[in-house]
Amino acid sequence: MSEEARVQKDFTNAPLCLSGKGVTKIFGFGNRRTVAVDHVDFEFHEGEFVSIVGESGSGKTTLSKMLLGLSNATEGEIFFQGKPRDISSGKKKREYWKGIQAIFQDPFSSFNTFQKIDTVLLDCIHMRGGKNLSKQEKFDMMTEACHFVNLEFRELTNKYPFELSGGQMQRLMIARIFLLKPKILLADEPTSMVDACSRATILDMLLNLRDEIGMTIIFITHDIGLAYYISDTVYIMEHGKFVEYGKADEVILNPKAAYTKRLISDVPKIHEEWDLSTVDLKAE
Amino acid sequence: MKNTLRQVFHSSKFVGGFTIFVLILLTMIIYPLFNPGNPLQQIGVGTFAKPGTYVNLYDATKAPTETFRLEDAAEKRMANSLSEEDKVAMVEWFTAVEADISDLDTSDTDKMLEMWEQYYDPTVKPKGMIRAKINYYKRLDNALKELGSGDTVIIADKDETGALVETKKILDTDYVNTNAVANVKSLPLGTDNFGRDVLKELVSATGTSIRIGLIAGIVATLIGLTLGLLAGYVGGFLDDFIMFITNIFTVIPGFVLLILISYSLGQEQRGAAVVATVIGFTSWTWTCRSVRSQVISLRNRDHVNLSKLSGHSLFRIVLTDILPYIASYVVMAFILQVSSGILSEAQLSLLGLGPKTTEVPTLGLMMNWAMLYSAHTNGSWWAYFPVILTITLISFSLNLMNTGLDQVFNPTLRD
Repeated sequence: MSEEARVQKDFTNAPLCLSGKGVTKIFGFGNRRTVAVDHVDFEFHEGEFVSIVGESGSGKTTLSKMLLGLSNATEGEIFFQGKPRDISSGKKKREYWKGIQAIFQDPFSSFNTFQKIDTVLLDCIHMRGGKNLSKQEKFDMMTEACHFVNLEFRELTNKYPFELSGGQMQRLMIARIFLLKPKILLADEPTSMVDACSRATILDMLLNLRDEIGMTIIFITHDIGLAYYISDTVYIMEHGKFVEYGKADEVILNPKAAYTKRLISDVPKIHEEWDLSTVDLKAE
Repeated sequence: MKNTLRQVFHSSKFVGGFTIFVLILLTMIIYPLFNPGNPLQQIGVGTFAKPGTYVNLYDATKAPTETFRLEDAAEKRMANSLSEEDKVAMVEWFTAVEADISDLDTSDTDKMLEMWEQYYDPTVKPKGMIRAKINYYKRLDNALKELGSGDTVIIADKDETGALVETKKILDTDYVNTNAVANVKSLPLGTDNFGRDVLKELVSATGTSIRIGLIAGIVATLIGLTLGLLAGYVGGFLDDFIMFITNIFTVIPGFVLLILISYSLGQEQRGAAVVATVIGFTSWTWTCRSVRSQVISLRNRDHVNLSKLSGHSLFRIVLTDILPYIASYVVMAFILQVSSGILSEAQLSLLGLGPKTTEVPTLGLMMNWAMLYSAHTNGSWWAYFPVILTITLISFSLNLMNTGLDQVFNPTLRD
């Protein structure tokens, strides 16, 4: 990972990309009522690398589903580029999904095992309105996208996803995003199921994507060390609420909430650079 | 896909079931080529002719003869003409005259006749035996003597004056080659109550029944699959509504519903296709329920979400992202539906509510006819037993195929 990634810009004055007010998700009712996401407010700016950090069950994935428009919020409203988001019909949803895309946690279950890789990439070109392009143009686009993620399209064509390794599949996912060029990329723990080596490559590619296309990346993770390392802004989530948020440096080097401190103390100290034990955890 | 197929054909159970089914299908296709004609044609005037080869007696008397002297010919002739009833009566006589019958074997005709000669005396009148019975024994004795005497059969024609003139003498050493006889009819399974060739009827009936099973299976699977996919994928109110209807159909016993619908349609409306459709309409519920539960577990998978994010329509997502994942399951359900469709038709026809009886034979109808004409009480096993065997074989092979598929697609069942 390049050192430049650690340079954090100030995004407070950048135009809003995605924001929410009082977003809530409740599953079930009566005795079995579970509040998964509890009145959260957030503001993601254009070009910002945001991390949402929390442990399992804190509501990260539920929030991401709502952000993607795959499930509806029980309460509250989400704004896309400053305007209230409208995903009431299938057509409007498809329009919205041109602006927001996702990478999921498990690369093995993210692909339809009955479809060839070509189909997956062609779908992306078609979605961007490239239906009438010539075969050669489409081929070039796919080759370019694969090249961006260090894959050779010539070797992948006519293969099925299950013939690739987990790291290759996740990179193919990024190639998909490269073709789609959305405003926002929501990455739901994209590195938790791949090995450490692929992890660094994938993170690097995400940062490249951000710089090249200028998209907002919402990075969902349980690893606060990772979040500190790559993100501009960090949101700490506990029991469906944001307990703390702000610039990565401020939040992690100077944590206020007890939960954040606990998360930081849980980071394994493998590498000197990643060692956060120097942080004064007692500061209030 | 290719791999899965290879795996399927490596499963011994599937291959076993598949082979039986294909053999049945081949018989269905090939047999009518050798024995064409209407399977419902009444060839016999009487009912329940026994299985065997029938030689035309008229042609046989005119056919050229050969003379053979076979040692056991007379013996066989006797054995053949001595009926079971006669044998029982002979044993009764032996008991009445207090003969030793401890080591008597009724299948040994020679021994029986020997004993008869030894013990029968027309002058003896056993105690308590009625006159008619005594006369019966006298007739039996005469008949037995005649059999042994080697009489000739004489064929005579009338001449101009009306007097009988002997034209041919048939000796007990005369043989006719069956190839020389113009009319020989082979009936491996005899005839049924209407005098129809049972084997021909059975082959045709198997075809109709499998067709009924297929139509019922297709109708049931289509309805169940469509409703299950819709309920499972769309969810919400549509799910509640579809499940409400499915539950109603599940609660009412399917067979009762089937009987009521068949009855209300009336005899004239009930062709084979109509009966098959009705069977399909009453048996889709289990497919619907299981497809729905499978789809519910699939609809929140990442690949479906990804497909949604790629802007695919509901129709396309269901078709490409959900259906392939449950295809193996649907095929298995379909095979079971075909099997149960064939059985339902048999049950329905046995009650007399099957397809109308004049057009095509079905396995159920054949059993119904056999039952109506008491084939089971008068010992005409050939009218119903082959039918039962065929039904059993068909549903056995289909279920075997299903179990084989289950083992391939469900890793926990693999041995």
